[in-house]
Amino acid sequence: MSPAQWDLPPELCCRPVAFVALTGLDVVYNAIHRAIWDAFCANRRADRVPISFKVLPGDNEYPKCRTKRTSYEWYIPKGILKTGWMNKHLNLVPALVVLFYELDWDDPQWKEKQSECATKVEIVRTSLQGRNTKVAVVLIQKKTPLPPGEDLVASERASALCGACDLSGKSLFVLPHTDHLVGYIIRSDFLFLNKHQFKMGFFSELKQDTQNALKYYRTAYSLVHELRAHETNMLEIKTMAGFINYKICRLCFQHNTPLDAIAQFRKHIDLCKKKIGSAELAFEHTAWMSKQFQSFGDLFDEAIKLGLTAIQTQNPGFYYQQAAYYAQERKQQVGQLCSHEPGVGYPAPDPLETTSGALDFYGQRPWRQGHQSIDPPDSEKEKQGILALQVKERDIPHSELIIALLSNAVAQFKKYKCPRMKSHLMVQMGEEYYHAKDYTKALKLLDYVMCDYRTERWWSLLTSILCTALKCSYLMGQVKDYITYSMELVGRASILPEEQKSRIEKNLIKVLMNEVPEPEPDCDPLSVKTAQSLWSDRISLAGSNEFTIEVQDYVPFVQCKAKFLSPSFHIDEPVQLHVYVRADCPHPVRFSKLCVSLSNQEYNQYCLLEDASKGKDILEPSTQENMCLVPGKTRKYCFKFVAKTEDVGKKIEITSVGLMLGRETARYVYLNWRGGWGDAASSHETLQACRSFKKRTRFPEQQVDWDTVTIQSSTMIISRVPKISVQLTHEPPALTNEMYCMIVTIQSGEDTVAKDIKLTAGLKPGQDANLTQSTQITLNGTEVCDDSHPALLPDIPLGDLHPGQKPLYIHCVSTGSRILLFHVAYSVSATVEGKDITCKCHKDETVTLETVVPYEVAMKFVSSKFEHLERVYVDIPFLLMMDILSASPWPIELVNSEVQLASSMNAIDQPQSQVEGVTLQTSECASECFLLKCPPVQNGTTFAGDHANIVIIVVIILAVNRHLPSYVLELPSFGRVRESLPVRYHLENRTGLVQDVEITVEPSDAFMFSGLKQVRMRILPGAEQEMLYNFYPLMAGYQVLPQLNINLLRFPNISNQLLRRFLPSRIFVKPQGRNGDTSIEAA
Amino acid sequence: MQTAIMIVANYPLYIRSVPTQGELKFHYTVHTSLDVVEEKISGVGKALADQRELYLGLLYPTEDYKVYGYMTNSKVKFVIVVDSSNTSLRDNEIRSMFRKLHNSFTDVMCNPFYNPGDPIQSKAFDSIVSTMMVQAF
Repeated sequence: MSPAQWDLPPELCCRPVAFVALTGLDVVYNAIHRAIWDAFCANRRADRVPISFKVLPGDNEYPKCRTKRTSYEWYIPKGILKTGWMNKHLNLVPALVVLFYELDWDDPQWKEKQSECATKVEIVRTSLQGRNTKVAVVLIQKKTPLPPGEDLVASERASALCGACDLSGKSLFVLPHTDHLVGYIIRSDFLFLNKHQFKMGFFSELKQDTQNALKYYRTAYSLVHELRAHETNMLEIKTMAGFINYKICRLCFQHNTPLDAIAQFRKHIDLCKKKIGSAELAFEHTAWMSKQFQSFGDLFDEAIKLGLTAIQTQNPGFYYQQAAYYAQERKQQVGQLCSHEPGVGYPAPDPLETTSGALDFYGQRPWRQGHQSIDPPDSEKEKQGILALQVKERDIPHSELIIALLSNAVAQFKKYKCPRMKSHLMVQMGEEYYHAKDYTKALKLLDYVMCDYRTERWWSLLTSILCTALKCSYLMGQVKDYITYSMELVGRASILPEEQKSRIEKNLIKVLMNEVPEPEPDCDPLSVKTAQSLWSDRISLAGSNEFTIEVQDYVPFVQCKAKFLSPSFHIDEPVQLHVYVRADCPHPVRFSKLCVSLSNQEYNQYCLLEDASKGKDILEPSTQENMCLVPGKTRKYCFKFVAKTEDVGKKIEITSVGLMLGRETARYVYLNWRGGWGDAASSHETLQACRSFKKRTRFPEQQVDWDTVTIQSSTMIISRVPKISVQLTHEPPALTNEMYCMIVTIQSGEDTVAKDIKLTAGLKPGQDANLTQSTQITLNGTEVCDDSHPALLPDIPLGDLHPGQKPLYIHCVSTGSRILLFHVAYSVSATVEGKDITCKCHKDETVTLETVVPYEVAMKFVSSKFEHLERVYVDIPFLLMMDILSASPWPIELVNSEVQLASSMNAIDQPQSQVEGVTLQTSECASECFLLKCPPVQNGTTFAGDHANIVIIVVIILAVNRHLPSYVLELPSFGRVRESLPVRYHLENRTGLVQDVEITVEPSDAFMFSGLKQVRMRILPGAEQEMLYNFYPLMAGYQVLPQLNINLLRFPNISNQLLRRFLPSRIFVKPQGRNGDTSIEAA
Repeated sequence: MQTAIMIVANYPLYIRSVPTQGELKFHYTVHTSLDVVEEKISGVGKALADQRELYLGLLYPTEDYKVYGYMTNSKVKFVIVVDSSNTSLRDNEIRSMFRKLHNSFTDVMCNPFYNPGDPIQSKAFDSIVSTMMVQAF
């Protein structure tokens, strides 16, 4: 029996289609016939009915039709389904034979041709021998036929032909050989189909009416199980049940009822699971079971490809997986049942040989075909047969089958988001490869999934995988893998019993000594032999005896933690580093080297512990005992070194810690902890340890609790603590624009000379940008700073330290607080650990300086009457009042003040400072006053004043009205009751326009007056008009003058109020003198 | 009849199986069932997570076992594996077993000397599991 015995026959798996035979076509030599054939076969798209066509010669031998029984009485069935049956109906017996014949209706030799055609039909009929196959005739005509009914000759001859051939009119077709060949052919397809519908029984129904077919199959399925099953026909029943089940499931999927398919399959499996059959051939059952699952998986997968959606818990993967399990079971059974003694060979007359070379019925034994009784007819033959089957089974590559199924399942589970299931199956694949002795592939697979289990912390599973991987690496003589897996198996992640660990550790030590390790248990003895020779080769092989294992990917049996004692070290103290190492293997191990790599590799030499040379930088006295790791105990190794002065301000990091196991003379392995600690399991352990509420047990001296060791994998080298003092002497607050003096006093407390002292002073960087612009620093206090001076004076060299002072001037242009920085840097030599180093030290001193305004200057314009002015007018004198209010906490002396007038402004008298030499105490005020006049100008006026050594510029924009006439009033300084008071108004038009003016004088209670009460006049540009009034005061005191209203008729918008501003509104009226009146007048 | 009870926080906290020789297979079964648990809880929306049913039901079918899941609010998973031939245990029984386990697990968590995340080593818990296994299987 071939290994494909369990495969479903191909004719079962394909979708059955009707078979139509075409005869009378000469496709090789006749181009027209070829075109017809191509049109039938080529480009069969989905829109055409699925039919398989074949060209056969007219006298083709069709399978013989046996005489049908009229009843099942006395019928002893030899089997259920003959092996050839399906193929026969798919490929041998056509449902329809189509005879092609070239004949035109108006053929001259019509009679002869007609009889020839009839003969051909007859030949086909005979060769079919009464099978229920339809025959059709197609006439290939060169002329396009006339529409039916019009060609009388054609219809007459057609019926004649039908009669001659014994055909019904429906079975005669005319195929005109014209352009529309394909169209005709498609039409004729359907016609053929309609005619063979009744044929094919079971099979055509499958094609046409799958629902009905399903019903038939279901019945067939239940019937199969109703058959009396016994050992001899068990296989046949199962085979048939499998076939029918396959068909049912296939149809269910086709009908898009996957749940029905799954239910049917489950039922099928439940029914057949226990039907093992012959115990000696139990593997046949498992093979069959495996096949059932596999083919269901295939069907399921196919359905998914056609659009079915599967879910995580119901996908083809499960079926492939189960198939693989059965395949594994089959393999195990083979191991038990087929382990014949070597002498037992294949039986001599092959009991599996049959006369035809194939079986007549599916699922029968070759040596008793057609036999239906319960007991085997020939027990000797039976034995031979079973033996033959067992021997055959032995040769089947089970592992290959299992792996193929598993990899199918892996592909499915990958699709349905089952990473763990996928890993599990890959482990199984790896194990199967291991059994199949393909160790390379096994190792590859196991190594791939190992890290998943490691990160998920499933130690039980990891241990089991590691054990297989260790065996593989042993059998292949892979030294590095062997070491890696051993280390992990010995370590804390492994759940192996202590004696196993001990065995593996001993082997590991052997490998490190460059010796051959003991073989792993339960290995194939043949492979062990090969492995041993491989290992001996390794011994003699020079080189490649150095291995580095990156620990973070594994959980080895040595743990390491490295830490700096402090997050920062001053340059003048030694950097200290502790390395804690712990082993959790059953036996103590000795290592030969411990080295720490730091980010600055120059220090590495100080952090090295070696077997041969006892490093002098190691603090603890190192003995041989020191290099031995006792299980469960934490060892501490201390290193220290002096940092280089260049590294001040830099970070030193532990890049890795390396631990060398083995010897350089033999074989050695470096365990490399990147960052100085941590393997694949440590982060979780650290987390658990810090969560733990467990009472920390007190450890004796020199013993450390592993969990309490914290990690400090980097440290800063910082500069030496300066032993100098920086004092600042000054008197805040500073005044704006003042050259503010600060005295910096540096005092050294160093033991040696402080050299190269440099002072950087000024505004602390990183403050408001405006402060940078408004602060200037200089060492020269005699002159006022300007913008060219910087805000920060860097590196003022002071040379070697002489105790002294340095005055510094700060010029703050704006108010507010600012932080000033005084940075003193110097170098000093120091001795650390017997090494002389030059340390650079620096000290920073900052001070916050408040700047205030020294005085405030307020200015206002007033009229000559000291009235507040909002605007000044051309040619009318006004006063500039200046108030200087001291805000300084100190008395300030005003050195000078000056009014700088713009060219458009004239001083009426010489503007001299009136406050020169005045000293103002806090909040005292000094005032001065200047008389100014504005000549006719275009626009604004600028005033400037200068006080002490501070300059302040005030710009005031004044609007000057240009188009108004101006008025001058001549008025005595006082009047007297009942004495006439002559008043003259001068009106001058200074504008370039003629002005129409209306003047009215309003009466007043205090005065009587004479003159024009209301007048209208015209004043030419530049002309002057005089108005004379005689007022007669009636009351004494400050009296309101009769009000003069002036209306500019051309400028009605000009307010009367505005014009009146220039006119005095009141006058002081003295009371009338009585006695000595004249004396007063005289005075 | 083969059965196993496991408490898992993505890695095993507690494992008990009868008989013990096939333990590794149970481990794999439970480990792979976490795929389904993950898928189930990722399917539940955030808002619904609070009122989520702790019992996850039958996780996935295999030929030989039935695997049931349960997840506490702290994402610790309980898995019970029973032989598929065991028909005496129905959904309700499994549910009540999980509830019992959860109660006992809560007691373990309340123990101030228990460090969450460590494997469970509690006699009380052991005995509860033992009686449960004797009763149920």
